[in-house]
Amino acid sequence: MVTGFLTFFIIFAVIGSILYGRRLIRTEKSDAVFGNPERAKGGIHWVVVGTSFLILSWLYYSWDIAKSFYPKSANELCQVAKVDESLLSLKYLFPIVERQHKSTAIIKRENLNIEKKITLIQNNANLKSKDKEILINILRKTKLMIPTLTSEKYLEDNTKNIVNELTARINILMAEFPKDSYPTLSVKEKNELDIGLEKQLGWGATGMEVPTLPESKRGLKFHVAAVELNSISDEFFEMRNHNPEYLRQSESIFSDIKKYMDGLDDGRELDYIKDIKKLVRRIEYASIFPPKTLNEFEKSIVAFDEVQKNEQGGLTVIDALLFPAGKIVSNGSQCSEAGPGRWLPKPSDTFRIFGDLLKPSVGYKMIPMLWYEMMGVNQIVGFVLPDWIADIMPGKYPIHKQDGTVDPNFKSKVLDVVTGEFKAFKIPIPAGHIWDSFLRVFLGLSLGIIMGVPLGLFMGLNRFAKGFFDPLVELYRPVPPLAWAPLVITVFGIDNVGKVFLLFMVSFSIMIISARAGASGTQLSKIHAAHSLGASRWQILREVIFPNSLPEILTGIRVAVGMCWGTLVAAEFLAGTTGIGFVENVARKYMQYEVIWITIFVMGMLGLLFDVTIRKIIVKTIPWRGKG
Amino acid sequence: MSDLVSQKVNMIFKSLKGETVHALKDISFSLKKGELLTVLGPSGCGKTTLLNIAAGFLRPTSGSINLGGKEINGPGVERGMVFQQGALFEWLTVNENVNFGLRMKKEDPVKTAKKVEEWLDIVGLKGFGNTPTYQLSGGMQQRVALARCLINDPDLILMDEPLGALDALTREKMQSLVLKIWKETGKTIILITHSVEEALLLGERLYVMAPRPGRIHKEYNLPFAKMGLNGDLREIKNHKDFVSKREEILSMIWNMEEEIMGKDI
Repeated sequence: MVTGFLTFFIIFAVIGSILYGRRLIRTEKSDAVFGNPERAKGGIHWVVVGTSFLILSWLYYSWDIAKSFYPKSANELCQVAKVDESLLSLKYLFPIVERQHKSTAIIKRENLNIEKKITLIQNNANLKSKDKEILINILRKTKLMIPTLTSEKYLEDNTKNIVNELTARINILMAEFPKDSYPTLSVKEKNELDIGLEKQLGWGATGMEVPTLPESKRGLKFHVAAVELNSISDEFFEMRNHNPEYLRQSESIFSDIKKYMDGLDDGRELDYIKDIKKLVRRIEYASIFPPKTLNEFEKSIVAFDEVQKNEQGGLTVIDALLFPAGKIVSNGSQCSEAGPGRWLPKPSDTFRIFGDLLKPSVGYKMIPMLWYEMMGVNQIVGFVLPDWIADIMPGKYPIHKQDGTVDPNFKSKVLDVVTGEFKAFKIPIPAGHIWDSFLRVFLGLSLGIIMGVPLGLFMGLNRFAKGFFDPLVELYRPVPPLAWAPLVITVFGIDNVGKVFLLFMVSFSIMIISARAGASGTQLSKIHAAHSLGASRWQILREVIFPNSLPEILTGIRVAVGMCWGTLVAAEFLAGTTGIGFVENVARKYMQYEVIWITIFVMGMLGLLFDVTIRKIIVKTIPWRGKG
Repeated sequence: MSDLVSQKVNMIFKSLKGETVHALKDISFSLKKGELLTVLGPSGCGKTTLLNIAAGFLRPTSGSINLGGKEINGPGVERGMVFQQGALFEWLTVNENVNFGLRMKKEDPVKTAKKVEEWLDIVGLKGFGNTPTYQLSGGMQQRVALARCLINDPDLILMDEPLGALDALTREKMQSLVLKIWKETGKTIILITHSVEEALLLGERLYVMAPRPGRIHKEYNLPFAKMGLNGDLREIKNHKDFVSKREEILSMIWNMEEEIMGKDI
C-alpha cells in the first residue's frame, strides 16, 4: 500500500524534476559557458531525481513493487515453480532442455569408457597377462550387454504397459488442467488445505520467505498438478527395463567380477575391477529403453509443458517485469527467492523490523538499541572512585569480635563508599547497542586526544621528544589497526577495555601526528612577536602554539573519529556481546538480511552524525581557518 | 640613557656544507633616544639579520648591541617588534591582540581594557575592538600590530618592512601614522624597508647597507621626517632635495646589484 503510493509519488517527482531542470536550462545566463563552475551550483531537483532513482531501484530489485501491486504473485509463482520442479527430471530425459536423449548420451559415454579402459589395461606393463585377459573379457561382455536394453526384441510387455499408462495419465491431466472445474478436491483434502492456509504467514520477512500452500484458484491448479506430476515422475524412475535377457547377462558379469575380486589382495588389479564394477552399475541404473519406446511419453510431456505455460497467463508477464534478476524457485517442500530479493530486503519489511528493533522491550539479543536503564548512584560512585582511597586512610580495617559482629570504623566506611556499597537513589543512564558503540568511540578518542595532543606538541617543539618517541609511534602506526585487534583483545579482554584500548591506539597516533604538524607549522614571526611581547615559554605554548595548532588538531580529530568508527565496528565483529557491529555479525550468522541492512544504515547515520558534529565544532572554534 | 649602541657586530652563518656567509661585518653605530633610523639595501645585505640581533632573536658571532647600557641577550619587552605580515594572533580579537603583552604580564584586566581603547584610538581603529583580526584589511592589521607593540611601552621599536605588503594608498596613510606615533611617543625606531622613498621620507637617519659582507655603505641625515610631521607627505616627495637624494640612492643600489648579478642583465 505505502510502497505503491511511494512508487507513484517517486515517478511524479522524477518527471517533475526533469521538467523543472529543462526549464532551468532555458533560463540559464548566457555567459555561463561550459567549464564555468557556476554551472554546477544548485540543482536540488537533480538530488530529488537521484534519491528517487535509488529508492526506486531498491523497491524494484527487492521485489517490493511486485509485493505491493501483486501480493499473491509470489505464492502463485511458487506453485508454478513446483510444476517446473516436478517436470524437470522428466524433461532432462528428452531433447527438451538437453541436446540429445539422456540414454543416448549415457550409451555413447559408456561405450567410449569401455574402449578406453581396454586400451589402458592392454598397455599396462604392470598387469599380468592373465589378469588382463579376465578384465578385458568382463569389459567386452559389458559392451555386449547394452543391446539387451536397447533392443525392441527383449522389451517386456509389462514395461510397455507401464509406459502407456503413464502417458495416459499425463494426457488426462493435460485435458483436465485448463478446465475451470479442475481440480476437484475431496472434503478432507479441502479441510487440510484450509487449516494449512490459516496458519500460513505472509510473503516477506516473517520467518517464511514465500508462502508455499496455494492461496488462489490458479495456484491451487498448479499445486495439484505438481502433486500428480511428481507421482508420475516417481513411478517412471522406479520402472527399469530389466528384461530376463539383460538380467541373465548382468548376473553373469557380476559373478565374474565377484570371482575375480575374491582372489585379489589390495593392489592395482583391485582398482581396475572396482572401476569396471561401477561402470556396470551405471548402466544398470540408467533409464535405457529401445529408441522408439518413449516417443509417445515424450510428446505428452512436451504438450503438457505448453499447456501449463499457457495457463500461467499474466503471471509470466509479472514474473518477467516485476521479478528482475532472478525468480522464485521451489526445492522440495519450500519456495524461496533466488535473486536480489533474497539479500536485498524489501523496504516495507526493513522498516517494520527497524521499528521492532527500536522498541526497548524487543531490541536485539535482549539488549535495546538505544534506551536507558536505572542505575544507583552508589554503583557509579563505586565505579569512578578507585578503591585505594580507602587504603590510604589512617587506621586499620576493623576485625570481627567474639560475638560474631563487626563494628565499622572510619576506614571501613570509606571503603564502603569507594566500592559503592551504600544506599542511594537511582538515576537513568543511557544503554543499548548504539550507546555502547558510541561510548567506546568516545572513550578511545578522548584518551587519544588527552595523551596524544600534548605529546604531539612536545614532539613538534623538542628535538629529544621527537627523536625519542618517533620510533615508537612510527613502528605501530603504519600497521592497520585491525591487525592489532586480535592481540589487544587477547590481552585486554573482549569487553570494553580491549576495544577502548584499540581505539586509543588509533586516535593516539593520529593526534600525535596532527598536533606535531600544528606545532611545527607555527609561523616563526608569531613566536617572535610573542617573545617580544614578554610571554614566557609556558605562555607561548598555551597562548600561541596551541591555538595556532588547533586547525590541525581538529582536522586530526575528524580523521580519528572516522578511523575509530571503522575500527570499532570491525573489532565488534571479532568479539564482544554488545555494540552495533556485534548486531550485524549475529544477523549475518542467522542470515537476517533486514537487520544487516539496518545496522549498515545506522552505522552510516552515526558516522555522518560524528562528522557533521565535528565539522560544526571546527567552524565554531577556528573560524579563521583559511582566512589568515 | 637609553641609547642604542652597536659595537663591531659580526654575524657569520655556516651552512651544513661548510660554506660560510658573512652576513654582517663590523657594524657599529649608535642611536640616540627618540631617533628614527631607516635601513635600506638590496636583498641579502643583512638588514633583517641586524634587526633580529637587535631584537635578541639571534646572537651575533662577535661584537654586541647595547640598549641603555645593557647588552642585548635575548628577546625582551623593552624592544617591541612589528613584522611585515603583522604576525597577529588570528584566534584573538583586535582587543585581545593589543592586550596580549599586558595579559602576559598579568596586569589588571580593567586597567588594561582602558589602555587598549586608548591605543586603538591612536592608531585609528576605534570601534573595531571586538572584530576578529582575520576580517581586517592588511593596513588595519598593521595598525593592530603597531598598537600591540606600543601598548607595552618599549624603549625601542623594531619594524621589519612593516609596510611592505600594503597597497600604495594604504602605505601612504600608514607612513603618516608611523610619523605621528614617532612624534607623540618619542620612541626610538629602527625601520627596515625596501622602498627608497619610504626610507627617505621616514628616516631621520638613513643607512644604506651593502651586501657580501653586509655592511653600512653610506649614512645620511635627513630633514624630511621632521618636515613630514607637519607638512604634506606628497609635497615632500616632490621636493627638489628629496628627488635628487632619491636618484642618488637608487643609482647606488643599482650599482650594488650590478656588482652582484653582473652588468649584462
